[in-house]
Amino acid sequence: MAQPSDPPEQRAALDAFARRHRLRPVEALPWLAMIAAYFVFPDYLALGAQILATILFGLSLDLVLGYAGIITLGHAAFFGTGAYTAGVLAAHHWGEPISGLVAAGLAAGLVGFATGAVILRTSGLTLLMQTLVVAAMLSELANKATSVTGGADGLQGMDVWPIFGTFRFDLFGRVAYIYCALVLLICWLAVRAVVYSPFGRSLTGIRENVLRMHAIGAPVRRRKLVVYTISAALAGVSGALIAQTAQFVGLGVYSLQQSGTILIMLIIGGIGQLYGAFIGVPLYMIAQDRFSEIDPVYWYFWIGLFMIVMVIFARGGVIGLGERILRRIRKPS
Amino acid sequence: MEDFLSAAISIAFHGLALAMVLYLISVGLSVTMGLMGFVNLAHGAFAMAGGYAFTTLMNRYNVPFPLALIAAVIIVVAISIVLERLLYRRLYGGNELDQVLMTIGLIFMTVGAATYVWGPVAQPMRLPAALSGQIHIGTRDFPTYRSFMILCGMVLVTGLWLGLERTRFGAQVRAAVDNLRMAQSIGINTTRLFALTFALGSGLAALGGALGADFLQIQPGYALDNLVYFLIVVAVGGLGSIRGPFVAALLVGISDTAFKYIAPELGAFFIYALTMALLLWRPHGLFGRA
Repeated sequence: MAQPSDPPEQRAALDAFARRHRLRPVEALPWLAMIAAYFVFPDYLALGAQILATILFGLSLDLVLGYAGIITLGHAAFFGTGAYTAGVLAAHHWGEPISGLVAAGLAAGLVGFATGAVILRTSGLTLLMQTLVVAAMLSELANKATSVTGGADGLQGMDVWPIFGTFRFDLFGRVAYIYCALVLLICWLAVRAVVYSPFGRSLTGIRENVLRMHAIGAPVRRRKLVVYTISAALAGVSGALIAQTAQFVGLGVYSLQQSGTILIMLIIGGIGQLYGAFIGVPLYMIAQDRFSEIDPVYWYFWIGLFMIVMVIFARGGVIGLGERILRRIRKPS
Repeated sequence: MEDFLSAAISIAFHGLALAMVLYLISVGLSVTMGLMGFVNLAHGAFAMAGGYAFTTLMNRYNVPFPLALIAAVIIVVAISIVLERLLYRRLYGGNELDQVLMTIGLIFMTVGAATYVWGPVAQPMRLPAALSGQIHIGTRDFPTYRSFMILCGMVLVTGLWLGLERTRFGAQVRAAVDNLRMAQSIGINTTRLFALTFALGSGLAALGGALGADFLQIQPGYALDNLVYFLIVVAVGGLGSIRGPFVAALLVGISDTAFKYIAPELGAFFIYALTMALLLWRPHGLFGRA
């Protein structure tokens, strides 16, 4: 913050910096849309709650991929750990949802920290492979630890208590929707604070030019590990939200499809923008929901084709496309 | 003692057969990675395509085994040349994320397409009479087909190594892996070299997929389910290396077979842990360069 004693030009610069992080009116849009959706589509709130929880998953991925530039195909490792933590707690006589979320976040964060410390030493294809290996390893564990996780049949008998002892999860998903929206809001504010902090700036620096960040003495590996851990914890919370609202956890939470589709959803929205997940996840999930009524099997074919076309013709996702159109309107040639 | 010995021989035998399949499929990926720096996650899809072409030709059209094998390789090579032209070439030297996304897109397309054409169940593999049953070597019996696989693998690996060491084309590939710009400036046509190595790698993958259809079942999720194995072989072996992946494939094939034999309740867990430990010790792989 600018002090009155600073020279005027420095004060102006500092103010400009501070203003950059202030909430802009545009940023209220997704939240207004969320509130509107609650009233406009009362029959689709269960799907809505899933979308909101998945947005949080996408947001956590954006933190590592869009800001720290770590390409991962194993983010489901943390999503799944969170889901199983919340699920196992609820199936073993502790169905209190808020503490379940916290436990899930901690467990996933711990897994993120432990595995990140090992795998973040590598880069490129090796790193990509190791993210896959971590998820595959946890999936194998969950598959074999049948007595705890239910193995391939999935975890049965979850009993999630009402939130604060009063708001019971209903059949229409009203409580689930509001619950997911509030958790998402809190997590989003946290991510926003991280991204705009000096720490977040240094992450962008690492993404853009690792060598230079090393040269100016930034502790690159430690920074990466911290953001990886934060992101893992958020992914865990998101997994716990899905588990609590669906009251079921299956081995699919650890699958490569899970890691791959969240990556695709985020790419559709646009990475490194904070809002990519808010656009990409609803687009993907609503399209999949509509599409699966017509032709569930071939969904993957079309999404794959869409991905290839997008990489070659429309880089930057929906946000990138919007920016390009805006630029053309503003600067008529 | 006798039990232990026969277990050890059996593990070594089946592990070796699995290693051959893994090596044939992964070596192309390693070379593509080293030569063009391209993260081709869809490499396994070429192996799957080889497997589908092979089993369909044999089961549906009664094509004899060797002909079906050759036809499968030719079909996949043709597909790979088209794809290299249309898609891969645009992203050489591009950023890693785009390559990952495009190849994941390709994998998803193969999942959908394979389900459409062949349905969700695994393709059966009908062996010719000469290759089924057991073969008597020394004092023991071994499954004939797996012995044949090991033999095929050995011949191909020797051919591949000799080709890379002794031919002009091999020398060009090695030069380009070592220093791409220098190779270009002394007049090596790298665009053609890329296309050729890509086609060669895909052809080997198709061969691996077809021969290994009884190890890695041919079903729509093939490229996705086995991706981690192919990547382990390449990363542990060292990117761009030809011999590295062979050692890595032996390591993965034999230890995976051994662990699944000794402790089936832990499944593939050990192989993953081993991989992480190895890369912690040597982040660039066994034969990789820093």
